[in-house]
Amino acid sequence: MTIRIPVVEKILSANDRIANENRAILDGAHVFAINIMASPGAGKTSLIEQTVKRLARQLRIGVIDGDIATSLDAERASAAGAVSVQINTGGDCHLDAVMVHSALTRLALDQLDLLIVENVGNLICPANFQLGTHKSVLVASVPEGDDKPYKYPGIYCGVDALVINKIDLLPYVTYDMDYFRRGVEILSPGLISFPLSCRTGEGVEAWLSWLVESVKTYRSS
Amino acid sequence: MHELSITQGILQLALDRAEGARRITDVYLVVGQLSSVVDDSVQFYWDIVSAGTIAEKSRLHFHRIPAVMECRSCHQQYNLDGDHLACPVCGGSAVRLIAGDEFYLDCIDVEIGAAEQVQS
Repeated sequence: MTIRIPVVEKILSANDRIANENRAILDGAHVFAINIMASPGAGKTSLIEQTVKRLARQLRIGVIDGDIATSLDAERASAAGAVSVQINTGGDCHLDAVMVHSALTRLALDQLDLLIVENVGNLICPANFQLGTHKSVLVASVPEGDDKPYKYPGIYCGVDALVINKIDLLPYVTYDMDYFRRGVEILSPGLISFPLSCRTGEGVEAWLSWLVESVKTYRSS
Repeated sequence: MHELSITQGILQLALDRAEGARRITDVYLVVGQLSSVVDDSVQFYWDIVSAGTIAEKSRLHFHRIPAVMECRSCHQQYNLDGDHLACPVCGGSAVRLIAGDEFYLDCIDVEIGAAEQVQS
């Protein structure tokens, strides 16, 4: 005899459960955590480098670095003054909550104010995996093109802040900022954004202020 | 690609719910357009990871759900399609996603009771 058993359970529910555990661990240590997502080459590591260099005096910062292979990014974060842990995903295209969970155990969280999780460079898969961080930040960059919100709507839904990197290249490439922003506004109405250049430093101050303010708000709550 | 770990997740959920059953024959998934899952890839891994379990040789069914937006101004509903993100009727950009991000195991069909006699 054949019977039907209703299930109706999210396939990523196991990941979401561990993400909740990660959140509890972070909250227990009063560490504010952000998940930085972007395509490869958008400037995630450069943004983290700039952020760590300029905030290292006022915040104790940890970095979890997700990459398919190599520890180059973690080394850059360490050189800038952060405590860093590398996760090599071994081919996986995103970080998941389990990987972040194991990285958390390798960090002295009680000695941190801010944890930055650098996701694997990819605009598709990271959007589906909760990590337990408090905010998600998407880094878009000018040379990638202005059509990315239209092509990768999933990752533009549900992020908390948007960094538009490499604005120093605007005079040299075809990029319609209004078209880009219209797409973003539809997918994520009212999303706060920070046009900046990690190379020249233009606009970085506003991003840092937002981040410092977010940490303060979190730690005083 | 992360379909292998996803497929293992599907199998685990199905096996948990099928406890006591003799065999899982069919597995019904609901997959939204924005969930970035490739059916063929899941099917490929399914045959591998389900081998040797009670789900071996079971059929996967994918119910795909298109991404649907709703305009907050005129309440028009429309499919998310390429670079037409704004409301096609009033042009409004205050819209919200109402379907398309699903990804869940809906139900499974299982055989229970004693094995049927195989006619020779």
